[in-house]
Amino acid sequence: METDSRFFDEMMGDGTARRAPYAEYGAWLDGEDTQRLHRMSGEAEAFFRRTGITFNVYGEAAATERLIPFDVVPRIIAGREWDRLVKGIDQRVRAINAFLHDIYHRREIIRAGRIPEHLISRNEAYLPQMAGFSPPGNIYTHIVGTDLVRTGPDEFFVLEDNARTPSGVSYMLENRETMLQLFPELFTRIPVKRVQSYPATLHRALSASAPAAARGAPVVAILTPGIHNSAYYEHSFLADQMGVYLVEGSDLRIVNGRVAMRTTRGYTPIDVLYRRIDDDFLDPMTFNPDSLLGVPGIMDIYRAGGITLTNAPGTGIADDKAIYSYMPEIVEFYTGEPAKLKNVETYRCSEPDALAYVLENLSELVVKEVHGSGGYGMLVGPAASKAELEAFEAKLRKRPSNYIAQPTLALSTVPILSEKGLAPRHVDLRPYVIVSPKGIEVTPGGLTRVALKEGSLVVNSSQGGGTKDTWVLED
Amino acid sequence: MLGKTAGGLYWMFRYLERSENAARLVDAGFRIALTHSSVAEDEWKSIISTVGEKTAFAERHDSYTSGTVVDFLLRDTSHPGSIMSMIEAARTNARLVRTALTREVWEATNECYMVLRSLLEKPVDDRDLPFVLRTIRQQSALVRGALHGTMLRNEIFNFARLGTFIERAGSTARILDVKYYVLLPSVSFVGAPLDNVQWETILRSVSAATAYRQVHGGDPTAPLIADFLIFDRRMPRSLAFCHSKTVSNLAYLAAEYGVRSPSLDRAENIGVRMGEQTIDSVFEQGLHQFIQDFIHENNALGYTIEQDFRFNG
Repeated sequence: METDSRFFDEMMGDGTARRAPYAEYGAWLDGEDTQRLHRMSGEAEAFFRRTGITFNVYGEAAATERLIPFDVVPRIIAGREWDRLVKGIDQRVRAINAFLHDIYHRREIIRAGRIPEHLISRNEAYLPQMAGFSPPGNIYTHIVGTDLVRTGPDEFFVLEDNARTPSGVSYMLENRETMLQLFPELFTRIPVKRVQSYPATLHRALSASAPAAARGAPVVAILTPGIHNSAYYEHSFLADQMGVYLVEGSDLRIVNGRVAMRTTRGYTPIDVLYRRIDDDFLDPMTFNPDSLLGVPGIMDIYRAGGITLTNAPGTGIADDKAIYSYMPEIVEFYTGEPAKLKNVETYRCSEPDALAYVLENLSELVVKEVHGSGGYGMLVGPAASKAELEAFEAKLRKRPSNYIAQPTLALSTVPILSEKGLAPRHVDLRPYVIVSPKGIEVTPGGLTRVALKEGSLVVNSSQGGGTKDTWVLED
Repeated sequence: MLGKTAGGLYWMFRYLERSENAARLVDAGFRIALTHSSVAEDEWKSIISTVGEKTAFAERHDSYTSGTVVDFLLRDTSHPGSIMSMIEAARTNARLVRTALTREVWEATNECYMVLRSLLEKPVDDRDLPFVLRTIRQQSALVRGALHGTMLRNEIFNFARLGTFIERAGSTARILDVKYYVLLPSVSFVGAPLDNVQWETILRSVSAATAYRQVHGGDPTAPLIADFLIFDRRMPRSLAFCHSKTVSNLAYLAAEYGVRSPSLDRAENIGVRMGEQTIDSVFEQGLHQFIQDFIHENNALGYTIEQDFRFNG
């Protein structure tokens, strides 16, 4: 396989020999013929279709269900590399929960002058309704999906914190299931850490976060916007794997001071609600009055301790891209030590000097909307045409505070099985983190997203990215 | 369990059952079209009225031919009464209740949908029709097999079965309703070959030709066929069989919940009235009236079930 010397390839390193984590896999690969791999790739697709692991693409007809392409070459991480990542993630997630508690209470970080006040109080994701309220265990974000990118053997960066409602964990689990079915022999040869305990761990963490009002074994439910939501498969998958209820707003109402679901025998209270709808839609009486997805009055019940919501409302402020630029300060402020995981250098376009620099160097930068996600509304400078750059420049000048900019990172590559055999493609990594009153757990693995187009740096599934199984080795 | 989930299961299996019944009707109609083309048009017309789609059909087609009826019932998704629309609705309900189904049942349902979608992508040629109908029957048999082989016998299973039997009872009753005149004694005295074809068609449309021969031998008579389809509890598509299953599903839920539902009362009442009748008394009071009453009661029972178990809030 030809590698590109500008990028670190996780299998081939500098291009001379396979790196250690890929040694066993490489030995197996040498004995495989490409045709069999292609056939297995076809079987993987059939498996995904039969299982119904699909997503709906916004803007297309409601009935369109698409598959996210799956690549059969795993992404492999050494146990030692992983342990370092986990320490960094643990530190970062602890800091985020402490930060959220602080900004909704005493705001010491603002008093200490470490971050500007307006960044909080004028932030759309800040919820005044949460001020002075402490969720059970002081946990705001229970479920996190920290996006990491790699640029060298020891160079990892946090790209996004995804502290509100990270998605994709069903792909972590189904990708592994697919690999086990297609290549069982690999798992007897190579000691890969298990990811399958994720649903049980999540269930335990959710149950442990039950409010004071809960009686007996906590009743847990997942709140979905419904069957047409792009992540509906994941919602039903998680409910199924955890053995909990999958509810919609129309199943819920307030009964005797509790949030209750309509069962075949009447209304039964819910203790913990893992909601997969945004803050704005949660309670039409408090937030967006037009929302049909939420439950009128749920915020009152929440504040009175009648239900636990995960993640807590108002958590989104921690994965705002403008707040992101302050994460090194935030981590240090709450943990007393420097951040173990690096941030990507970030220019806040709201600041005149930064804006001037960004406009000057637009063709070399990646520019993102402060509240954007899914790869929408972003500019990848080096890949943009002159016209695109000019159009974006106009948008930037009009509303600079809506944007941040970052240098274009030399994302690492991992081989995929392309039509012409193995070929390097850029990847990122989203490990899944669960926070409970008992501690923080990071599942050894995660979702590797891969840009299938040669040279592309955009890995989002909505922009044609695919996924890979992610292996963490027992050292 | 959630009321919505119970409702989703109930409707999932109603749609599956309904699509299977439509496939049987098409099969029976196609037989007639092959052998007696002169009566084919009447037969297609009666099939369209059996499935209750006369208006929708008239809006789309001027004549009742194999081509128009088969296309309308198999693959026209612009109305909810085609097999493709029903399989799609069954699958949508299955997605809605995914957490209540085993992986096997879900995958069988999803696969049924995928196979039929590619099978019915283009108009079905006459010569491919037997294969297409066989595939539809096989696919729904796979879903039923997965249900019986992998699901716990709990409330989930009982709601699935309630949907099946309410739908099946209604379907058999509608076939009798549309064809009752063939079974009237006065007509059967005519004894023309046409009538035999009609009887056969009725038996075929409930997949009961073999079963009938095993029970009554090879010589169908109107009262025996009517008795078989209404009262014979060994026959899995008879009104009595479906009804007794509905009662036992509702009785299971009453025992499980510790509460007797109004729908169980209603179902048992239907049973009591049926128990007081014989095929002779039915003919005496009028077959048509009896069937009409049954259809009405069955619909009301379905509605009561939806209320009792809070399918819709």
